[in-house]
Amino acid sequence: MSMQSPLGRVRGLGSAKSGTNHWWHQRLTALALIPLTVWFAVSLVAMTGRGYDTAVNWLASPVSACLMILLIGAGFYHMKLGLQVIIEDYIHVEWQKLTLLIVMQFWSWLLGIASIMAVLWVWLGG
Amino acid sequence: MAEFTLPQNSKVRPGKTHAAPTGAKRTKKFKVYRWNPDDKKNPQVDIYEVDLDSCGPMILDGLIKIKNEIDSTLTFRRSCREGVCGSCAMNIDGTNTLACTKAIGNVKGDVKVYPLPHLPVVKDLVPNLNTFYAQYKSIKPWLQSESPPPPDRERKQSPDERKKLDGLWECILCASCSTSCPSYWWNGERYLGPAILLQAYRFLVDSRDEATGERLDNLEDPFRLYRCHTILNCTKTCPKGLNPAKAIAEIKKMMVERQV
Repeated sequence: MSMQSPLGRVRGLGSAKSGTNHWWHQRLTALALIPLTVWFAVSLVAMTGRGYDTAVNWLASPVSACLMILLIGAGFYHMKLGLQVIIEDYIHVEWQKLTLLIVMQFWSWLLGIASIMAVLWVWLGG
Repeated sequence: MAEFTLPQNSKVRPGKTHAAPTGAKRTKKFKVYRWNPDDKKNPQVDIYEVDLDSCGPMILDGLIKIKNEIDSTLTFRRSCREGVCGSCAMNIDGTNTLACTKAIGNVKGDVKVYPLPHLPVVKDLVPNLNTFYAQYKSIKPWLQSESPPPPDRERKQSPDERKKLDGLWECILCASCSTSCPSYWWNGERYLGPAILLQAYRFLVDSRDEATGERLDNLEDPFRLYRCHTILNCTKTCPKGLNPAKAIAEIKKMMVERQV
């Protein structure tokens, strides 16, 4: 039981003076993902049944590789921002929240970098 | 984690049934949440059959009739009985609203009456609003201005500036919106909730206020403001027809505006 006043509790550690960038970046990436996802879906459909080489050639073109890296970057950044919101919303045991936030960030970076590396690999003719 | 089931000592059990007086022709069943901190029992739902022919039209009329004529131990807050004080906010028929402005006739089937969700209960339909009021205090809900007012008159506002306060000043702080918000349920200690953020916006857009920057600083926080994910429960439930979700969105726009 705490004897702290409700106002003291509510003021807590004060405002973090952040959060706007998180919110703004989530919107920006969402906006960017609309054309990128459409482009990706249309490209995939267009390549249906045309074999492995067609796909590799497609990805190896500078425009495709560039857009693909943008899609991956925006997608994983958006995912990281979204997962952070979910964890902060629902996990209330401090050490669990912190652990999950750390694991989630490392995991997002790992997946994102690995995916970009894969595109570069194809593009640079690995 | 978020709580999806009630703790053992909060599970609601069936309670007593008070039958309608003999001869009553038009009756309505009120199923009312009861909990008494003194008897150490789980909460229960008591059923009161109310004779509508001798009862006023609103839910609050029904509750007052129950308290006066059937069971004087029933506890609830009420004052103005016309939707301006916000005391009788409760969960009626699954929606947070004011008992005094909700008509019995608008409820299909039995009238289920519970306290506002996810707040500590003091007794029966009376929730503990201490944190809510402290959050209100934390946003400094008063005009802050360094320029002295004109010596002989009030501070001036153009009609357009005054118009910006419409849809905001009408809030009566009944807490219906905040307690309908899942973000406020899960993070109510840190998220300010729709009612308080609407009040904060009321001072942010007041042309006479000179502390806009400080107010925004105080709100710029992942929890205080950004727990709002715009699901609009607040706007849907507001018994005064206000739009707290829009006020919150406007605050978020101001936050971006001052840095881009």
